[in-house]
Amino acid sequence: MIIQALVFYVFAAVTIAAGLMVITARNPVHSVLFLILAFFNAAGLFVLMGAEFLAMILVVVYVGAVAVLFLFVVMMLDINVEKARQGFKKYLFIGGAIGLVLLVELVLILSSVVSTDVSVVASVPIPAIDDVHNTRALGQVLYTKYVYLFEASGMILLVAMIGAIVLTLRKREGVRRQVIADQVNRSREEAVEIKKVSSGSGI
Amino acid sequence: MLEIGLAHYLIVAAVLFTMGIFGIFLNRKNVIVIMMSIELMLLAVNINFVAFSTHLGDLVGQVFSIFILTVAAAEAAIGLAILVIYFRNRGSIAVEDINVMKG
Repeated sequence: MIIQALVFYVFAAVTIAAGLMVITARNPVHSVLFLILAFFNAAGLFVLMGAEFLAMILVVVYVGAVAVLFLFVVMMLDINVEKARQGFKKYLFIGGAIGLVLLVELVLILSSVVSTDVSVVASVPIPAIDDVHNTRALGQVLYTKYVYLFEASGMILLVAMIGAIVLTLRKREGVRRQVIADQVNRSREEAVEIKKVSSGSGI
Repeated sequence: MLEIGLAHYLIVAAVLFTMGIFGIFLNRKNVIVIMMSIELMLLAVNINFVAFSTHLGDLVGQVFSIFILTVAAAEAAIGLAILVIYFRNRGSIAVEDINVMKG
């Protein structure tokens, strides 16, 4: 129990510290790296809660795909750091005030929720970890009861993929590309020229 | 204090969510950091879902969290693509320059 509490506090503290560094770091590259640290520690929190599959998905999808995409874009674009930092101090106060109000509200709400006894009937009860492990249990629900939502999320990913490709694809001037139709449509007349060569004189 | 329950996870998620909102206010000139703040907020929501899922013994919260991850990945891909073409056209991604549609 002590070890669990200790691990929780370490993961939670590093997650929050990394989140704070994401929004205050001067260099956007550092922000992305702290975002990756926050995701790793959130994955640790998920493992602590017994959601191992989601923890692994978080590492694979967020750290492996989203954060690397962010890193790629940050390094590709030429960001004026000083210009992007303008107004940082101006918004520090108002942002801090609004954030503080929101945090107090959230804590008040969840303290009232937690104090009441939550007795609900689970629509899909989590099976005992000795019978069915987390990944298998999730799969048994995801591919049966929520199969239409699963297909819909696949469609969302497909649309996002096509959208990203369509948005970033461009036809550049002055680049010679292979046009297969033009190649196939060439006739013999424009491709080959027959010359009469008299012997000994060359063309 | 040593008994880690639902409230601990919810407080972590609340702090992370607030930090996302704070980040949007703080980095009003930098679109990329704003998008990272949105990712932080989505992460906080995921922590909430998983915490309630384990607390109530209901697997649906984790299923929903998977869908949130999917949508977040799609959102990041589209958003960054828009950012890249915007930078290609205008040579800047400063938020105050994005005012063509203001009229």
